[in-house]
Amino acid sequence: MQALIKLESTAVPLATENIDTDQIIPARFLKSITREGFGENLFKDWRYHQDNTLKEDFVLNDKKYKGEILIAGNNFGCGSSREHAAWALTDYGFKVVVSSYFADIFKGNALNNGLLPITVSSEYLHYLLQTVQREPLTKIKIDVEAQTIEVNEQKHNFELDPYKKICLLHGYDDIDYLLSQKSKIEAFERNNQNN
Amino acid sequence: MGKTAKTLFDKVWDAHVVERIENGPEIIYIDKHLIHEVTSPQAFKELEKRGIDIFRPKQILATVDHNVPTLNQELPIKDELSKQQVEQLAHNCQKNGITYYDLGHPYQGIVHIIAPELGITQPGMSMVCGDSHTSTHGAFGAIAFGIGTSQVAQVFASQCVLMNKPKSMRITVSGKLSQYVQPKDVILYIISQVGTDAGTGYFCEYAGEVFEQMSMEGRMTICNMSIEMGARGGMIAPDQTTFDYLKDKVFAPKAEEWTKKVNYWKSLPSDKDAVFDKEYHFNAEDIQPMITYGTNPSMGIAVDQTIPAIKTKSEERALTYMGLSQGQKLDSIAVKHIFIGSCTNARIEDFRIAASYINGKQIAKDVNALIVPGSQQVVQQIKEEGLDSVFEQAGFIIRQPGCSACLAMNEDKIPAGDYCVSTSNRNFEGRQGQGSRTLLASPLTAAIVAIEGKISYTKLYDYASVN
Repeated sequence: MQALIKLESTAVPLATENIDTDQIIPARFLKSITREGFGENLFKDWRYHQDNTLKEDFVLNDKKYKGEILIAGNNFGCGSSREHAAWALTDYGFKVVVSSYFADIFKGNALNNGLLPITVSSEYLHYLLQTVQREPLTKIKIDVEAQTIEVNEQKHNFELDPYKKICLLHGYDDIDYLLSQKSKIEAFERNNQNN
Repeated sequence: MGKTAKTLFDKVWDAHVVERIENGPEIIYIDKHLIHEVTSPQAFKELEKRGIDIFRPKQILATVDHNVPTLNQELPIKDELSKQQVEQLAHNCQKNGITYYDLGHPYQGIVHIIAPELGITQPGMSMVCGDSHTSTHGAFGAIAFGIGTSQVAQVFASQCVLMNKPKSMRITVSGKLSQYVQPKDVILYIISQVGTDAGTGYFCEYAGEVFEQMSMEGRMTICNMSIEMGARGGMIAPDQTTFDYLKDKVFAPKAEEWTKKVNYWKSLPSDKDAVFDKEYHFNAEDIQPMITYGTNPSMGIAVDQTIPAIKTKSEERALTYMGLSQGQKLDSIAVKHIFIGSCTNARIEDFRIAASYINGKQIAKDVNALIVPGSQQVVQQIKEEGLDSVFEQAGFIIRQPGCSACLAMNEDKIPAGDYCVSTSNRNFEGRQGQGSRTLLASPLTAAIVAIEGKISYTKLYDYASVN
């Protein structure tokens, strides 16, 4: 997993609420047996018509907006547990998603892939969306160590699980940690008679 | 209020904590790990890359369901990518000594249907699967939840997941349901009331007379859709209904072991004075047959209601996609497709109720009605009970087991712009095929719509009065 320490980037504003993982990566693209290449089909049915021509009015097709930060409406990533959604976002080039609410499984999947989900208040999300829509070149600064997100010198703190923060700053993943706990797991198995 | 009072969730969770990391998540031991072809290949690859062996292969069960065809399963799979994914799973299981129910095996089927019907799912267990509808197994009083592929790899490596303990929530439904109200209507009603994110961060226990009197099949339908209100899992306290369902199932405990387990399972229900972080109460009398009209499962109404007024841009977008307007009644739209299947509603009870209405009737002209049983065992039961001839004589097409048109990874797709009344769990844009328009409902409602060709609530009342 790639570490994420600091980031300064422009952002893409996608105000739609309840964006489910079927929109992020439709099921018909889940037939791969590798993790690579999902970015091509990120938001496929919102980016393209059925005949594969671009939907000009979709924000990812609007040349005004680019960057490594996606700002999305409330309850981002609901629905299916497919980690392919996180893979599609990172493969496309996103490193951070900002929303006022994330679905549980998506949040975990994102963190396991070095994609940082930042939860902000509805008011701040609204401010961020408006700011970026008005001034697409606005830079947003993110500091993982300090747990801050900053735009136009307005700095806000965000929450991050202390364990996941260490993983993100160093690029560690959970397998490394769990393997180091093997003896405890085996002891648990010996003592646990109920199941 | 005793400090020691625990919820069902607390009891099962606490019994699986290997270690609590300071300022971090807990290490949770997993009793059973279910895998399928779509979310496992990258996890196997990850372990291979790192040279790590599968820690407890005997605690893993594999089957194919998501992308398999539902027609001619005995022939080689035509779609090259699907075939590759299925073959990869067979290879990975064989190499690692994992039990695998391939196409054609008498136990193959949708993963959340086969584990309960084989007696693999048991009260008090911890279970995971790379699939959000793993919440289904909570119907037995197990902690069961969906995980991503990185976590599948973690469980392969250590039989554990790292997780912060979710908060607890309880939804109580008191009173008695009308006879034409199905378990699917109950969960669609609950989600329409609490919204798609009310359960985020929570495990949800369903309590009250309605669930106490519900069959195991109905309880599975309820727990299955917990994720549609954001909850990682749903749970229902194990009781005599649970024990009766499990007894004599293939992999259920036997003889002395059975008695011992039942005693343990009886200790699991939430203590009387246990405190939940959040509670909701509903009355059974307020619940009518439900249907969805939008693009998330919380956009649901009673079948005879009108579509409510739009409040947000997202709702406006949803109605535009669905080709519907606020204030409209759903009986005016032409429904061309019916899908009775999926991990939500493809158990024997679902087909019994559908058949009880369909018996002797014909499906409406221009309606394409698909029955996809959840497993090979359900296929057998349908035949033994003679339901297959009821469906076939009415004009339904019966297919072989798989996830099918629930997520349209195989050929079973709904064409763009068409309406499908579906017993599945998600009505997201394009879920049943690009441009498809899904209306979620119970198997009984789906059966009525198949016969009538439109969403007709009067028939429901007719049905109730004669049954």
